Amino acid sequence: MTGEGEAARVYALHVAVIALLVALNFVLPEYHHGVLARVLVLAVFAMGYNLLFGYVGLLSLGHAMFFAAGLYGAGLPLYHLGWGVVPAFAGGIGAGFVVALAVGLLALRTSGVAFMIVTMMFAQVFYLTTLYFGEWTRGDEGLVLQQQARRITLGSGTLDLTNPVTRYLTAVALFAAALFATLAIVRSRHGRVLVAIRENEERTRMLGYDTFANKLTAVVISGIICAAAGAAYALLFGYVGSTFASVQYSILPLLWVLLGGAATTLGPLIGTLFMYYVIDITSGFTSAYMLVVGAMLILLVLWFRKGILGTLRERWLGWLP
Amino acid sequence: MTDSKRFFDLGKSGLTRRTALKGLAAGAGLMAAPGFVRYSQAQSSAPIKIGFQAHRTGIGAAYGRWYEKTTNAAVKLINDAGGINGRPVEIIVEDDGTDPKRGAEVVGKFASQHKTDIVFGTLFSHVVVGSAPTAGELKIPYYVVSEGYHVASGKLNRWVFQPGITDVRSQVTSVAPWVAANLGKKVTMIYPDYAFGYDHRDYFAPAIKAQGGEVVAQIPIPPTESSFTKYLPQIPADTEVLYHVMVGPGVLTFVKELGEFYGSNKPQLFGFIDSLEAVDINSPGLEFLDGSHFWEGSPRYAQANDSEAMKAYRAAVGIDDNGASTTDAKDVSTAAHMFGCWETLYVIKKAMEDSGYKGPEDRAKLVEATEALTEFKDGPEHPQGDKTFNGKIHQVFGHQNISKVEGGKLNVVHRTSIEDGMYEPEGDYTTQPL
Repeated sequence: MTGEGEAARVYALHVAVIALLVALNFVLPEYHHGVLARVLVLAVFAMGYNLLFGYVGLLSLGHAMFFAAGLYGAGLPLYHLGWGVVPAFAGGIGAGFVVALAVGLLALRTSGVAFMIVTMMFAQVFYLTTLYFGEWTRGDEGLVLQQQARRITLGSGTLDLTNPVTRYLTAVALFAAALFATLAIVRSRHGRVLVAIRENEERTRMLGYDTFANKLTAVVISGIICAAAGAAYALLFGYVGSTFASVQYSILPLLWVLLGGAATTLGPLIGTLFMYYVIDITSGFTSAYMLVVGAMLILLVLWFRKGILGTLRERWLGWLP
Repeated sequence: MTDSKRFFDLGKSGLTRRTALKGLAAGAGLMAAPGFVRYSQAQSSAPIKIGFQAHRTGIGAAYGRWYEKTTNAAVKLINDAGGINGRPVEIIVEDDGTDPKRGAEVVGKFASQHKTDIVFGTLFSHVVVGSAPTAGELKIPYYVVSEGYHVASGKLNRWVFQPGITDVRSQVTSVAPWVAANLGKKVTMIYPDYAFGYDHRDYFAPAIKAQGGEVVAQIPIPPTESSFTKYLPQIPADTEVLYHVMVGPGVLTFVKELGEFYGSNKPQLFGFIDSLEAVDINSPGLEFLDGSHFWEGSPRYAQANDSEAMKAYRAAVGIDDNGASTTDAKDVSTAAHMFGCWETLYVIKKAMEDSGYKGPEDRAKLVEATEALTEFKDGPEHPQGDKTFNGKIHQVFGHQNISKVEGGKLNVVHRTSIEDGMYEPEGDYTTQPL
């Protein structure tokens, strides 16, 4: 599908993006520096979503539960059991794995609209569960993870995740890990099978592939990436609350991915960043800023059907992964 | 790879190079414009900037609108009287969408883009809790008007204050003696099954027990419910007082169904006005509430014994004797809570004057000066009444009003003492480093 020259170009682009993000650490004004750290974590959430939606063609309306599984998986042990940052992060990923595996095993028995509904119902169950166990989660109000708990002791030094530079670079590191993981997956044999499933599942099965196993793997990897974003959000920004498990946070990654370009590795970042600034800027002028977002989505459907990067790829940059 | 039949991919796009360039140029312009503007250093005569984290959209919008009106009225008065430390006050509003994630972003925007001196005005407790870590990390004083028990619990941080409105724990503790003495001792509680409801559940039960009463049943209602008939049979028959706290649009249905369930033979009802803020008490369906009692922070209806300060406050904010807007009688205010914005601004003024506050470099001094405050006297700056402030838990304590629905109005029948609402503090923020 791609020659060696093209592969080099793809890797060079992705390395350049990461290098640019690292460089921005030194030049961005304070506000935008903080914003980008947050956007990078949310872009990882969008990348996890994109893996399933963009590459496998499975539209889930329940990804908030994976993000929230990471958020609570990391936040609750840190808050209640005094876990350190690293085990808490692992706890978040573990929670994402378990939830994704369980949901995948059940939800993948359906497809299309039924898959959307089933994932949404599971997410709703998850959301209500976070409220039900309000004794530990403080439900909608949520919990604050104190600054002193969000530090990693390394030998004699301390890595303080509440320090803006550390936080930003941690977010870049997480983003880079998720980006290259996604890139590796979509360029791998498994990734090709996923695309084949998206294009024609029956034919893929006829060719001898176990489509269920491949889809389940994709759901689990997608869930883990989203949970990593959720865990990082809790640890970097210090708040754990059930709003993040609500249906709104299942729709957002879909919008980010559609905006940036589904089935493009960098689209989720572009979409998340773009949407953040549209809301940030328009809310300064009108309280009807969601109307602006809505109008923008309509324009997107009319003229940029494949999202920003998807359209660029279609028109000029056919080599973009 | 890109050709597909997947969702939203509706076929070949009609993009031209010109439209793409226009789009890119517009996007670049948007990205570059506001945040990169250089801000000059605050001069001594430059305004004191207060970032107002407002619920302009989302579930808190009705409250947010009145919080904004009250804030503007207080700021006008403060500025007319010479401002703070001789400098005018400027309010900069950002909408948080009543969302904790956006709330935290907005606090960041105030601190590092608008360069406001402080952040102020948040109501919904999940937004307060979601924003508190950012305020603490950016070391910007964050004055909330939320009534949640979050600040007083000691679980937030040294930069968060609630000096203008009492917290739920204090409110429910202070009304318990009156409820036990006047309405009955066997209480059934109906409350929303989330954090706000838990504050009621956890603190009212021990308070009524201390008065020789008891909670005979606790009925949490999941936030997704739109009908309540299945919960009503759970109310024990020997219930003397039905204590209800409902938040959200379900309250009208709740009251209507309660009326159908009981008919004329009802127990005493005691509720928190929160769910009926900005709602006309004479709305169709609320007739069942006639004769029942409500907690109010500040009375919605003008009372016969209102102080001059209270009258002046109501006139300045623009509410009539029924607690509705003077320009639109149907626009009912959130009077029970919004006075908190007014009073908080005067607390900020006092703390800034005490600390000789000049600019962001004095924020730590401002925190210490706020913690040093102890009492607020009844008067134009505190029209709801006198208060005491606990600097260790950053929480104010004050009087509560219990009102009876009579003739389509809420008449205050009891005013609690400040001591009624006191409790043993659970934390001490002053031990945290600044």
